Amino acid sequence: MTIKGKAYIAGIYEHPTRHAPDKSTAQLHAEVAKGAIEDAGISKDDIDGYFCAGDAPGGAWPMVDYLGLNTKKLRHVDSTETGGCSYIIHLGHAAEAIAAGKCSIALVTLAGKPRTGAMPPRAAGAEVDFESAYGATTHNAYGMCAMRHMHDYGTTSEQLAWIKVAASHHAQYNPHAMLKDVVTVEDVLNSPMISDPLHRMDCCVVSDGGGALIVTTPEIARSLKKPLVRLIGHGEAMKGPRGGKDLDLTYSAGVWSGPRAFEEAGITPKDIKYASIYDSFTITVLMQLEDLGFCKKGEGGKFVADGNLISGVGKLPFNTDGGGLCSNHPVNRGGMTKILEAVRQLRGEAHPKVQVKNCDLAIAHGTGGLLGVRHAASTAILERV
Amino acid sequence: MSEAKKYPAPVTNPETAAFWDAAKEGKFMIKRCTACGEAHYFPRSICPFCYSDKTVWEQASGEGTIYTYSLMRKSPTGPYAIGYVTLKEGPSVQTNFVDCDLEKLKIGQKVKVVFKPTDGAPLPFFTVA
Repeated sequence: MTIKGKAYIAGIYEHPTRHAPDKSTAQLHAEVAKGAIEDAGISKDDIDGYFCAGDAPGGAWPMVDYLGLNTKKLRHVDSTETGGCSYIIHLGHAAEAIAAGKCSIALVTLAGKPRTGAMPPRAAGAEVDFESAYGATTHNAYGMCAMRHMHDYGTTSEQLAWIKVAASHHAQYNPHAMLKDVVTVEDVLNSPMISDPLHRMDCCVVSDGGGALIVTTPEIARSLKKPLVRLIGHGEAMKGPRGGKDLDLTYSAGVWSGPRAFEEAGITPKDIKYASIYDSFTITVLMQLEDLGFCKKGEGGKFVADGNLISGVGKLPFNTDGGGLCSNHPVNRGGMTKILEAVRQLRGEAHPKVQVKNCDLAIAHGTGGLLGVRHAASTAILERV
Repeated sequence: MSEAKKYPAPVTNPETAAFWDAAKEGKFMIKRCTACGEAHYFPRSICPFCYSDKTVWEQASGEGTIYTYSLMRKSPTGPYAIGYVTLKEGPSVQTNFVDCDLEKLKIGQKVKVVFKPTDGAPLPFFTVA
């Protein structure tokens, strides 16, 4: 049993806003749902599957009601919550449900406003008394990974800075990007230290906004007007300190989700023309590239240097929308926008200055939670048909 | 910096109460599985490695080395350093480094446990040995 080729992404929408003081979170979900439905050219009343994560106010059933979905037709819901990569997991789960005949047109939404509103609270885990007082945040949890990666493999701040430099080269062409200025390695190194060894420019932006997907069957996708993009491989995985045994913060759960997705797709990292890689921090990208097999463990620093991630310049164009480092990071969750830009690339709808020629195979990979503590990862391999 | 930072009191639960009772006596406890021999942290009743329920409390030396750290330069309560310490007994534990020069922390450095008071049981931290 495989999901290979059994589900197509027929509709996408990214909210243009990065700052939404006058909108509600539920409203943003409705706006991205409407956008993806219109992009696909379907009716909302045809949707029979709905997927959302912890950013959706109240969870699945309040959202299904608020969005006015057709409850006579809706027969499959999934509110898997794995932080920023939830939506890449949802894409895989939607494909599974479609392949099993449990739904035929699935809607996935992400939206929220960490810049202008409160973030949804997270329930405490069993570790709470043994960790919460120590103040793990995204910055210092990823800082701990970067510190150990530098120690074990000689990775440098200059190498990490190249990831931001590449993202900024792409963001200059995205009219919606929060940070459109092209930056240099020196700019990154001279930005203030936030949590050693990560500088401010090693960190992604904080933005309001959201995005949505319509996932459907091959038959329905072919009846619609958009270029055909299908899911051919999917993987998900989780990692944590596991009782503190053999702690190794230099790799992520991507070492498991990546090979699962590539094996299902029947391709290797060398075949990938475009990569959407979650970039909550520069170190996130470097570790994921290693974990996914684009280079050997420990060689990520060399791989990302000298513009190798810049479209038209390097070997692996990445995050051509500017990514979380420059464009947006809606609800502090980057998984959805990773899928959206990969679909644009496969459709040939990316900005002409960053569009990858003959882009027929792309990867969208994300992580959720804290790489330095416990997290999930999910990998999707997408193909233009 | 002279003001003592206020830390939240552990909520505690039946599974971990013995850890916090020992902390009140200045003892840093870990759990060890008598079936597979592995130590783990934070403490569970079922061994996370072999799933045996034959886990027992063991007083740890409180000594270890820094696996990694990150110095958070700003926060509402000032700078702080988070990290992991690999205990002599094996498990790595998340902690903050305190009562030492945070600018001079190094991976591999020897550290030891210190307890800081809360409104409930004291919390374990680590300082340079």
